Amino acid sequence: MIGGGPAGLGAAVEAKKLGIDDVLILERDRELGGILNQCIHNGFGLQEFNEELTGPEYADRFIKQVKELGIEYKLDTMVLDITPDRKITAVNSHDGLIEIEAGAVILAMGCRERPRGAINIPGSRPAGIFTAGTAQRFANMEGYLPGKEVVILGSGDIGLIMARRFTLEGAKVKAVCEIMPYSSGLKRNIVQCLDDFGIPLLLRHTVVRIHGKDRVEGVTIAEVDDKKEPIPGTEKYIPCDTLLLSVGLIPENELSKKAGVILDKNTGGAYVWDDRETTTPGIFACGNVLQVHDLVDNVTDESRIAAQGAVRFLKEGEKTEPQPININPGDGVRYVVPQRVKKSRVEGAFKMFLRVTDVYENAKLVVDSDKGRLFAINKRRLSPGEMEYINVTQRLLNRFPDIREITIKVERG
Amino acid sequence: MQERYITCILCPQGCNLKVQIDDGKIVSVKNNGCEKGPGYANDEVFHPTRVLTTTVRIRKAKLPLLPVRTQKPIPKGKIFEAMKVLAGIEVEAPVTVGQVIYSNILNTGVDVIATRNMN
Ligand SMILES: Cc1cc2nc3c(=O)[nH]c(=O)nc-3n(C[C@H](O)[C@H](O)[C@H](O)COP(=O)(O)OP(=O)(O)OC[C@H]3O[C@@H](n4cnc5c(N)ncnc54)[C@H](O)[C@@H]3O)c2cc1C
Ligand code: SF4
Repeated sequence: MIGGGPAGLGAAVEAKKLGIDDVLILERDRELGGILNQCIHNGFGLQEFNEELTGPEYADRFIKQVKELGIEYKLDTMVLDITPDRKITAVNSHDGLIEIEAGAVILAMGCRERPRGAINIPGSRPAGIFTAGTAQRFANMEGYLPGKEVVILGSGDIGLIMARRFTLEGAKVKAVCEIMPYSSGLKRNIVQCLDDFGIPLLLRHTVVRIHGKDRVEGVTIAEVDDKKEPIPGTEKYIPCDTLLLSVGLIPENELSKKAGVILDKNTGGAYVWDDRETTTPGIFACGNVLQVHDLVDNVTDESRIAAQGAVRFLKEGEKTEPQPININPGDGVRYVVPQRVKKSRVEGAFKMFLRVTDVYENAKLVVDSDKGRLFAINKRRLSPGEMEYINVTQRLLNRFPDIREITIKVERG
Repeated sequence: MQERYITCILCPQGCNLKVQIDDGKIVSVKNNGCEKGPGYANDEVFHPTRVLTTTVRIRKAKLPLLPVRTQKPIPKGKIFEAMKVLAGIEVEAPVTVGQVIYSNILNTGVDVIATRNMN
């Protein structure tokens, strides 16, 4: 397992339980748990444990199992390279350079935050600009609150969670600006992180200028039009000492590329089969490195799928799928994971994860194939901020023997 | 008759509950995705509560902060006061997950517990 966050931990536990003795987790940080260690808020584990846990508690449940099962892990160990034939090069101060030949590899490196450069705000480059996740690490782990008067750009979950955190710690969060007409965060986070504290969420707004020389002194915000261009005359100056950026996450796939893994431009993650095998045989991917998940429970779910796939690969070796099915995003759907299915191997059912491109009220998710419509599901509300899941059963697939393509689309009304 | 919309925060579904209140009582709740919705609506209208998650200072550990939470939700109106109480707390490592760090905070009957191990 490359990475010891919930994805790597869940996959390791599952592989061990399925009878694989020689399981190793490589983690570059000083401890296991990944991003969960800094997510001290509650909201994790409702599906998995039927209780609401904080991030560290959720991680602890898996770390305990890793230890109980005697699974080996190396901390402070940075993986530098993976070859397509699964030779791993890693480094730590203890063992120096390590080379490992793996029977199967599970990529679980998580994602990183989109940095400021990617969104091009004019103005100087003073201190006081942080990504929300960096601020979260400072505030929750290092004991340092990086500001007193804050504006947040982007309404992703990390930004929302940090709005509440700053407020509880006595800082003033003046506004959350979101360029889109909807928030990409979960609704429950808007309620309990913004509404509870009277923090305004300004939809269709962006930061057009950052003021200040050594330290941020303020930002100018403006309304945007349908093309996301600032509307002249709507500019407003807000004094603040800190700007937090919560403008999206990108799967961390530098290593995957070295292993010859082909990426899906819609997800930023690997192009995978339903068992989470990438385009490089024997290399699997799960968690945020594959697609940015809202909920850790789904990461755990996906980690098990990947581990099951990897264990089968170890036992049976490489096999060409005789009945592959491609899965395509249709109208209104931004992406679907997995991108293809090993039909001959589906046992019971397989699950598709997808995100839509826009907010839709009272719409339908339609699952079509090259051999006819499979089914449609009514949805009261679809939003890009909330991942959707669809189960496709083996029984249904068997009704369409020569099926080669599946397309999922949104139909209004 | 008064009508209010309340987003249920008990699960990620975030149902937009349609709540009708008459004579100081809830007479109907609609749009709830599961049976927990009406109970949440009642709490939210008459005595809203939240789980508080924050940190307290810790000595002799690798990190300066220990994450903690209230074991159960506490009245929403007491959140800032609870933050003040916890700002004055300092604990010493080792601490194990689930350990009570502060009992019966603000006489709510709710304990504050550690959410991770710290050696
Ligand atoms: C701020 C925030 C708030 C969230 N809130 C919620 C919530 O309320 N409820 C919920 O259910 N979910 C929430 N999530 C989502 C959930 O926590 C994540 O989806 C999940 O933790 C992702 O797990 P992962 O294992 O894929 O990635 P990570 O946890 O990021 O783990 C990846 C690990 O890989 C390691 N790594 C990376 N590259 C290398 C390398 N080259 N060599 C060695 N190790 C490497 C990293 O150090 C890291 O430990 C939140 C996420 C964030 C960021
Ligand atoms: S009503 Fe039920 S399904 Fe809807 S948000 Fe509340 S707990 Fe979740």
